Amino acid sequence: MAEIALNRSAEAPRSSGFDKVFQATTWFFAILILVILAAIIVSLVLSAIPAIRRFGPGFLTSAAWNPVKADFGALPAIYGTLITSFIAMLVGVPVAFGIALFITELCPRWLRRPIGTLIELLAGIPSIIYGIWGLFVFAPFFQSTVEPWMIDTLGNVPLVGVLFEGPPLGIGAFTAGLILAIMVLPFIASVMRDVFETVPAVLKESAYGIGATTWEVMWNIVLPTTRVGVIGGIMLGLGRALGETMAVTFVIGNAHQIHASVLQPGTTISATLANEFAEAVDGTYRSSLFLLGLILFVITFIVLAIAKTLLFRMQQRAGT
Amino acid sequence: MDRRAAIATAVTIALLGLGIVAFGRSPLAGAITALPLIAAVWLWAIWGGLSPYARRRATNVVVLTLSFGATGLGVLVLALILGDLIWNGLSALNLDFFAQSTPASGSVGGGMLNAIYGSAVMTGVATLVGSPVGILAGTFLAEYGRGNPIAPVIRFINDILLSAPSIIVGLFIYQVMVLRMGHFSAWAGSAALAILVVPVVVRTTEDMLNLVPNSLREAAVALGTPKWKVIVSVTYRAAMQGMLTGVMLAVARIAGETAPLLFTAVNNQFWSTDMNSWMANLPVVIFQFALSPDANWQRLAWGGALLVTVTILALNIAARLLASWRSFSR
Repeated sequence: MAEIALNRSAEAPRSSGFDKVFQATTWFFAILILVILAAIIVSLVLSAIPAIRRFGPGFLTSAAWNPVKADFGALPAIYGTLITSFIAMLVGVPVAFGIALFITELCPRWLRRPIGTLIELLAGIPSIIYGIWGLFVFAPFFQSTVEPWMIDTLGNVPLVGVLFEGPPLGIGAFTAGLILAIMVLPFIASVMRDVFETVPAVLKESAYGIGATTWEVMWNIVLPTTRVGVIGGIMLGLGRALGETMAVTFVIGNAHQIHASVLQPGTTISATLANEFAEAVDGTYRSSLFLLGLILFVITFIVLAIAKTLLFRMQQRAGT
Repeated sequence: MDRRAAIATAVTIALLGLGIVAFGRSPLAGAITALPLIAAVWLWAIWGGLSPYARRRATNVVVLTLSFGATGLGVLVLALILGDLIWNGLSALNLDFFAQSTPASGSVGGGMLNAIYGSAVMTGVATLVGSPVGILAGTFLAEYGRGNPIAPVIRFINDILLSAPSIIVGLFIYQVMVLRMGHFSAWAGSAALAILVVPVVVRTTEDMLNLVPNSLREAAVALGTPKWKVIVSVTYRAAMQGMLTGVMLAVARIAGETAPLLFTAVNNQFWSTDMNSWMANLPVVIFQFALSPDANWQRLAWGGALLVTVTILALNIAARLLASWRSFSR
């Protein structure tokens, strides 16, 4: 009896023929997940081959984007993807940490669920809604209030000034980064909250017992214990930010340029795909877009794989 | 304290002077730019003057205030987005919105009937196709996965597919379906959405099946029930609400997805029920209408955005309520 309790995959006493059929069916659909992933990779690689043949590794470092001459390079899109995600992390991670801290340590018990739900509803809002809101509400507000101020002050500081130069357009990498920050906020906050809650109460209570403040408990006990999981959560958010499409497409400006200033328009890999794929009929053009998609997939795959590995290690340590 | 204050005063004067001189063209901007640095110096001066206990307490108060502020910011942004959606979208939601198809550019009136229909049909087909796949795969992971070396790999890949960029799925379906069939179609759109449904359902199904107490399975096995019957009539029944939650979350996830539809189902200005041809859908219509200069189109885009958001948030909240119905699911 104890053996059955421990091992669910043990054969039931009277195993019928249908049992094997049922198990094989579930196995088939589980394997289908691997097949889907493999098929996605294979189809992206196959479609990207003409562009790879034509441009070689130079595709990654070329800033050209000329559909007429069929000359393409990925650098502006890759740069835009990285810089917007970087801004999103810079803004989103501290705020997410603050929210997780509030929910786990400060919030009265009865308020935890409602606040947690409200923050998670942010994750439910579709990308396109962030896009339309970003374009019609946030960008004009940003253009008329924050950006002129940033250009007048930060834009004049030696060294970092070039990052904040140019006319206030409202749309650009910085706006896109801020919208992305809002979008990844709930994902990072909920992972952080979950891992913070795995810290044994005894650990925290011992620290409180010797007179530590809430912040000291957080910084010296909870964070070091959950570091792996916290980084996992951040990487999960980063993976989301890198691949986010519609919201960015609305507010990035869609220009294949690399500006030092984050207030100027740019593009990202996903925004390029969303904007140009439908009208790309020429073979090299289309193949280049597939190659961009492949690059995006590889980057996000690596980031998400790291995130999952870290979170898995965290889970095992927490013994769940 | 005095020494620190003296240093801080000196630094303030130096920084202000430097800022004004260095920013020849706008002295005021120079002064403003120097402010953060000046504030930092004063903070240091005041901080250093505090006793260690007071300093710890002060740090605590500052950080906890920031944490409170961060939560307030998150809730505020949600309220702002919903408020703006209602403000801009509510006026578009009249009877015509639900009764007429998308208007031509430059005309007045019109509605979103064809887009609402298209979204409902494609979401429905995708859910009908994707959910069984996800439930069976999740069943494998939860019930047959122990000790099977492939199970952790599938779990890992599934989690990655869960967060992978949805536009990639659009590219994939374009390659395997649209190119092969020779034209865009609602079938292709549904297929792209179905691929997004699967990982969500797999994840929740496995989690929910794992929450079912083993004693239930053991009791059934002890009666001589075959394993498939244990799963179907005992485990599934016990986890039914949780699994339904997963399906609802999957519907909520795909109902607003735009990127995978951009080059699969595309759009259709006219009423069409032909699954084998281009089909209008709310997200893509919102995308096109919002980016157009046409005021009537923009108005409809806001209405569509409000409709999509309300539907999805309602689904999310309903799924949550359903999940917390039974005690064991959380």
